[in-house]
Amino acid sequence: MERKNIRISSLAAAFVLSIGAVWSTQPHANNESSVFSDSGVMMVAADVSTANIFNRNLKKVKDPNAAPPEDGIHDPENPGTHVLQPPKEAYVGLPTTAFGNHIDWVKALDDGALKPRWERTDPTAEPFVMDLDIVRPVKASVPDVVFPHRQHTEWLACSNCHPAIFIPQKGANQINMSAILLGQKCGVCHGKVSFPITTKSCRKCHSKPKPADWKPPLSEATLKNPWR
Amino acid sequence: MISHAGRRLTGRVAVFGVVVWLVAFAMPQPAQAEYADVVINNYADAAGMRPAVFPHWFHRIRFRCKVCHADLGFKFKAGGNKINMAKIIEGKFCGACHNGEVAWSVENCDMCHSGVPGTPTHFHGSTVQRLVAPPYKALDATKRVKQ
Ligand code: HEC
Ligand code: HEC
Ligand code: HEC
Ligand code: HEC
Ligand code: HEC
Ligand code: HEC
Repeated sequence: MERKNIRISSLAAAFVLSIGAVWSTQPHANNESSVFSDSGVMMVAADVSTANIFNRNLKKVKDPNAAPPEDGIHDPENPGTHVLQPPKEAYVGLPTTAFGNHIDWVKALDDGALKPRWERTDPTAEPFVMDLDIVRPVKASVPDVVFPHRQHTEWLACSNCHPAIFIPQKGANQINMSAILLGQKCGVCHGKVSFPITTKSCRKCHSKPKPADWKPPLSEATLKNPWR
Repeated sequence: MISHAGRRLTGRVAVFGVVVWLVAFAMPQPAQAEYADVVINNYADAAGMRPAVFPHWFHRIRFRCKVCHADLGFKFKAGGNKINMAKIIEGKFCGACHNGEVAWSVENCDMCHSGVPGTPTHFHGSTVQRLVAPPYKALDATKRVKQ
């Protein structure tokens, strides 16, 4: 009888540990591990549920603007960490977006909600803004890309982009999404500091609708397909 | 009465539970720091200081990119400026402002050196880092194969 109690309690302990384990590896997944209560099948069930969790690769951030002591890169043991400003406090009243800092920095500037300095010590200096849109037709079905100089020259100097990142001549630069996603061309800033590349932000760059008569170019393999 | 097999199963289940539990803690948990925070740790850890954390969001509320990346010469590369304290007290990089004139002075070590010890130099929340198959993983794999 005593032995049986030990067995049951060790099984219970193992069960709790396994549930805890499954739960803590999937902090954001919809957890369904409570369906198995029979200790006999538990081992298999725990095994299966770790391999076949609903979202294997989707990572969702619960609190995108966490305060420094809770954000995972600041050390809460460090006294200075608790003096740093929580982003949410600074963002009150600024226009929002669904990605990056969750702030629309362009609109904030246009609305006058922010007045960042253009010179380190002179708060009255104004930027040299150039209003020139560069349209880049895209071979794929997504809308064409419009690169607006205005929004960029509000924040940046010409020398930040020309000539190191872009030759200042329309169409002289080869740009594609793979390069951008790897942090080149537009991706030097977009995906790092300026708004990131995510489903919700595609249309910020891909903003010019395709002409009504636009047809997708067919791939070589389709045109020359002998089995067609 | 309890059978030998039963006892062995109990033991295995317990060991399995403990192992899964330990593995769970070794798994990387997603950090939730603010988009565009930069951890700079070329030298800090080695010198016994916490890594420095630079918050872009905080600074861009006060300055345009041009001030740092054109006038002060910060290159667009995390860790790529080889910042150290000698340069800072000469008035370069962070020292162009954290001098008691434009912003609080350099003796507030733990305002900048606030990172979790051991965090590598990186750009927080970057698109490259958030890809399901981040390109830098491939480098680790080749390293492992070579051994
Ligand atoms: C162009 C000027 C400038 C440069 C360069 C600069 N800072 Fe700052 N920084 C400021 C100002 C202004 C503040 C706000 C000071 C205040 O609150 O009085 C600040 C505040 C901070 C804060 C505190 C943020 C908070 O939550 O209160 C940290 C941390 C910081 N800077 C780190 C750095 C680091 C690290 C560097 C160098 C990599 C750096 N700064 C370079 C101007 C600058
Ligand atoms: C954020 C980066 C960025 C900044 C900052 C920037 N440019 Fe450009 N510029 C571009 C891109 C991208 C193109 C398009 C290149 C292409 O199509 O291959 C371009 C194109 C140009 C062109 C060629 C236009 C044409 O019709 O051929 C000129 C001229 C130019 N820029 C001048 C400037 C000047 C002057 C400034 C500063 C006031 C400036 N740029 C700031 C990114 C930038
Ligand atoms: C040197 C840095 C840099 C580069 C390179 C760059 N951008 Fe930007 N871009 C910015 C910044 C800063 C903003 C302001 C908004 C923000 O930070 O989210 C911005 C804003 C924009 C906006 C304005 C969105 C709006 O709300 O009006 C568009 C569109 C855009 N970028 C497209 C591009 C494209 C396309 C390229 C490549 C051809 C590119 N950018 C390259 C820094 C850059
Ligand atoms: C920072 C601006 C920017 C954002 C954000 C962006 N793109 Fe692009 N995209 C470009 C530029 C620039 C090109 C190249 C256009 C050209 O051919 O000159 C491009 C090209 C493409 C192409 C054509 C194939 C290729 O690689 O050249 C596709 C498809 C595409 N983008 C899809 C997307 C999708 C999907 C998203 C959202 C997840 C997205 N883009 C977000 C700037 C952007
Ligand atoms: C304005 C922000 C800032 C302040 C304040 C600051 N540091 Fe640093 N410190 C940095 C940055 C950025 C680095 C570069 C980190 C790296 O690459 O490892 C650095 C590097 C260091 C290093 C290693 C490199 C070297 O210079 O040998 C030490 C040690 C260090 N700091 C100590 C201190 C001490 C002690 C204080 C206070 C007296 C202090 N720091 C204050 C930003 C700051
Ligand atoms: C107060 C100074 C300051 C301001 C303002 C600032 N930055 Fe930075 N930026 C830095 C520092 C510091 C680093 C890290 C450099 C290092 O680690 O050596 C950095 C790094 C970067 C990088 C490098 C990313 C990579 O690939 O590693 C990009 C891109 C960047 N900043 C873009 C911007 C843009 C866009 C703006 C304006 C919206 C901006 N920065 C405003 C100080 C600043």
